[in-house]
Amino acid sequence: MALAIALVVIVVATVAFHFASPWWFTPIASNWGLVDDTILITLVITGAVFVAVNLFIALAIVRFRHRAGHRAAFEPENRRLEGRLTLLTTAGIVAMLAPGLYVYSQMIAAPDDAAQVEVLGRQWQWRFRFPGADGRLGRTDVRYVSADNPFGVNPDDPHGRDDVLVASPELHLPLGRPVALLLRSHDVLHNFYVPQFRVKMDLVPGLVSRFWLTPTRAGRFEILCAELCGLAHYNMRGHVVVEDEAAFRAWLAAQPTFAALR
Amino acid sequence: MSDRDLHTEPHSFWTKYVWSQDHKVIAIQYSLTAIAIGLVALVLSNLMRLQLGFPGAFDFIDPGRYYQYVTMHGMIMVVYLLTALFLGGFGNYLIPLMVGARDMVFPFLNMLSYWMYLLAVLVLVASFFVPGGPTGAGWTLYPPQAILPGTPGTEWGIVLMLVSLVIFIVAATMGGLNYVTTVLQARTRGMTLLRMPLSVWGIFVASILALFAFPALFVSGVMMLCDKLLGTSFFMPAIVSMGQPLAHGGGSPVLFQHLFWFFGHPEVYIVALPAFGIISDLISTHARKNIFGYRMMVWAIVAIGGLSFVVWAHHMYVSGMNPYFGYFFATTTLIIAVPTAIKVYNWTLTLWRGDIHLRVPMLFAIGFISTFVIGGLTGLFLGNVSVDIPLSDTYFVVAHFHMVMGVSPILAIFGGLYHWYPKITGRLLDERLGKLHFWVTFLGTYAIYMPMHYLGFLGMPRRYYAYEGYEFIPASAQDLNAFITVAALVVGVTQLVFLFNLAWSVRHGRPAGANPWGATTLEWQTPHTPPRHGNWGATMPEVHRWAYDYSVPGAARDFIPQNVPQEAGAGGEGPVWGGQV
Amino acid sequence: MSLLAALAVKPWLPQPPDPGRAAPRAPAAAVGLRVLLGVIAMLFALFAIALLVRARLPDWQALPWPATLWLNTGLLAASSVALQFASGSARHGRERGLRGALAAAAALALGFLAGQGWVWAQFVAAGHFVASHPAASFFYLLTGLHGLHLAGGLVALGWAAAGLAREGPGERSARRVALCATYWHFLFAVWLVLFALLASSPGTLVALGSAVGMHSH
Ligand code: HEM
Ligand SMILES: [Cu+2]
Ligand SMILES: [Cu+2]
Repeated sequence: MALAIALVVIVVATVAFHFASPWWFTPIASNWGLVDDTILITLVITGAVFVAVNLFIALAIVRFRHRAGHRAAFEPENRRLEGRLTLLTTAGIVAMLAPGLYVYSQMIAAPDDAAQVEVLGRQWQWRFRFPGADGRLGRTDVRYVSADNPFGVNPDDPHGRDDVLVASPELHLPLGRPVALLLRSHDVLHNFYVPQFRVKMDLVPGLVSRFWLTPTRAGRFEILCAELCGLAHYNMRGHVVVEDEAAFRAWLAAQPTFAALR
Repeated sequence: MSDRDLHTEPHSFWTKYVWSQDHKVIAIQYSLTAIAIGLVALVLSNLMRLQLGFPGAFDFIDPGRYYQYVTMHGMIMVVYLLTALFLGGFGNYLIPLMVGARDMVFPFLNMLSYWMYLLAVLVLVASFFVPGGPTGAGWTLYPPQAILPGTPGTEWGIVLMLVSLVIFIVAATMGGLNYVTTVLQARTRGMTLLRMPLSVWGIFVASILALFAFPALFVSGVMMLCDKLLGTSFFMPAIVSMGQPLAHGGGSPVLFQHLFWFFGHPEVYIVALPAFGIISDLISTHARKNIFGYRMMVWAIVAIGGLSFVVWAHHMYVSGMNPYFGYFFATTTLIIAVPTAIKVYNWTLTLWRGDIHLRVPMLFAIGFISTFVIGGLTGLFLGNVSVDIPLSDTYFVVAHFHMVMGVSPILAIFGGLYHWYPKITGRLLDERLGKLHFWVTFLGTYAIYMPMHYLGFLGMPRRYYAYEGYEFIPASAQDLNAFITVAALVVGVTQLVFLFNLAWSVRHGRPAGANPWGATTLEWQTPHTPPRHGNWGATMPEVHRWAYDYSVPGAARDFIPQNVPQEAGAGGEGPVWGGQV
Repeated sequence: MSLLAALAVKPWLPQPPDPGRAAPRAPAAAVGLRVLLGVIAMLFALFAIALLVRARLPDWQALPWPATLWLNTGLLAASSVALQFASGSARHGRERGLRGALAAAAALALGFLAGQGWVWAQFVAAGHFVASHPAASFFYLLTGLHGLHLAGGLVALGWAAAGLAREGPGERSARRVALCATYWHFLFAVWLVLFALLASSPGTLVALGSAVGMHSH
């Protein structure tokens, strides 16, 4: 009996906690509101199942707990009931998966006009590179990495000369413009994570990974590393500043190019 | 097997308890070793919680140590505790007794399996004492970081970890060959596949998964050892580490992740399927009712086992792998939810119209359902690729996997131990201590992990030593972390009550008799309790019915053991009970 | 009864007396061995997949292929044949043929291992070290593991021979030798697959990888 009460209390407390909790998603600052919607759909469906299963168990305990003379039913199976439950479950799964995959199809299709920014990670700092006036990032190779070429830009690639290099862990992005982030690492795995953007992706040495978003809210947001990368993983900090186009242009113009640094 | 001659009972202390080939002794050796190393993992978890709840208050926990604790805690819990306890412990004890065999089919291999396991544990423990300490690469051991400077334990710790895993895999393979072959070849007369208790089904399919999933860990481990010790570049691309260019080049870190998770996801079910089986039997026995939808339960175990090999990359949605894989793996992952949900429904429908005895094993069994449901449901978030992306690598994941493969399997283990302890020792565990243990553990784990999901929603990343100075995290999150730590400490300390109970009841527990729960399955029908060497005395049992003849209409008692002939069970007048058939 | 039918019965209903008992079951060791072969096949299959993935990356280069490897392949094939012959002799109680064939099989297998060692020495002499390039790494790793499995088989063969010496020919020795023969044929088949993979040109490997659905990374 105590167990039935405990289960009911757990359900009530969980639901209450959910509504009272001050710990919840940060206000979104990107175009991925659909992700939040999908999470909400999932939360509603799974929350309902959680409540239903626990209350059903509690009810079963109350009604069918052992009493003198009481005897259980003999009920090997009930194909109809099992079939219905299977169908219902499948419907619930489809209701979560369909929007999930729809959103995903958008997440992996960057618009053609998305600007490109490179994010470079190494233990334990962030750096950024913008294509210069030619709109193309110069090729890179780990072989070229040195103190005065921290990005490993190929010195012979003309597209690299005008690349804008950001040596501080602060990235500026223009408000309302889609941007594709190209992620590279020189040493171990890292993960570029801005909670307010909702999207994240690993940086993998040896390849370029990517994701895209449109910043929708001006402000200064924290960049965290979300893939264990060693001792200072928890302290690999950076910032993204989302600002209007003019401010962004001014900031970008103040950053040195690859050619200027050599 | 039934016609096999009884190998002679060993007499000296050494052959009886140390170099034993008796599955029951090996089961106990496996279990005690697993519990001992599991305690280390528990202590490590509480140390981590101290740092997270009260950052900086314990200055010996520096970032390096924290990451070593995370890694060792996770690896020990998953592999050296849960896998070993479910397969080596429960599998060894239950399979021969439940299918009516005198022992495993390869007793010598079985003994070897335990000693290899012990060796693996010792090598693992040794890594605490080598220069640089154990590895701090996270239990996933992702390269390049696992073998490069900047991570603790890259001198010796990672080598010992990989060597230990390789030894463990050899041990698990020896055991798995035994479990699978025993189920296939050594069932007693009348024990058809669908008359096997679900515990056997769960352990059987989990053993198959272990046999075919562990090779992936072996492959990745051996290749990483080569990268570390021989300078090969299986997983190592060209790297500049701490300003130093390395000799490696061209390898693929993502390849390691594929191999690791090809093992890692089935591993979840290596732990879950035995728990499913055990829970089914506990619920049926203590609700005095046949398991509802037995066939569906078997099919679901088989289906889950098969599907578990085609979902691995749901752990890699943000790994930089080909993004189109996301569609496939999200779909397969959510499909697995269907057979899993069926299992949950059937457990609850077994309770419905039952005659529920809320004895300690049953408390744990119901606690299992409740916690497993949460873990399963949060899995639907993380399996659905676009929902996973914001949540991956946050505390939502930590809460999810602790619920689904930490807490709920542990509750199943506890339930199983309270249930079978009287068969193993002849005495019952103390009921009041058991209830105390249950209530604190069950409510305590809810207190630890339920709120943790919300720290994940907030966006707090996992594997963080500290969160100071992050503006998006409100100060109240730290209060919540302190609360979680207190709950974790209480739960941790309460396990001592259980250990005390285990030790004390061997001598002082209430004598149990042959079949204290009135269970139908064969292990309760042995001529002696605890069963002697060879299990069955002179005559092998013969099975006449399925494992769930509880409360059969018209039968005199509310259970009919599997070895009671049909005619005798069906009629109004019951045969002579008491397990000594 | 087929497996599917066995899994479809309604076990709570009275069943006819256990039909599975009518036919004697295969000995446990034979079943255990088949499961073990499945596990080893899985192991090498995963290595093969890792190789195909790795071969798609730009730094892959083909290995030279010394003729010794063809010779070694012949030795292993002959060893397998000898063991098959031994197994037949054991079944029919031809004791002399059995002993001779066992000795020949063991000698040929040792010859194979020595030949593989010789190839290693050749590679080292030619400057293909284990870390020189990925194909070389895979070569050492896979031939080494395969050799270890064969060495394990030789231990089992020694145990079968010891049993034969102890008990003389009979059903038990025949069964042991038959198990060894199965294992030998299996290892020979594994070797053929490894041979094909390691000897393939980079282009073939890429094509193979694409055929099994591999993409960029
Ligand atoms: C009272 C019990 C437990 C407590 C308080 C606890 C606590 C923790 C903590 C604090 C972490 C590290 C979180 C982080 O920094 O990311 C962790 C990680 C982990 N735990 Fe537990 N844990 C418990 C039981 C278990 C059990 C039973 C399992 C068995 C599956 C388990 C498996 C893991 C795994 C796999 C990790 C991940 C390690 C990694 O990130 O590499 N834990 N646990
Ligand atoms: Cu990091
Ligand atoms: Cu998984």
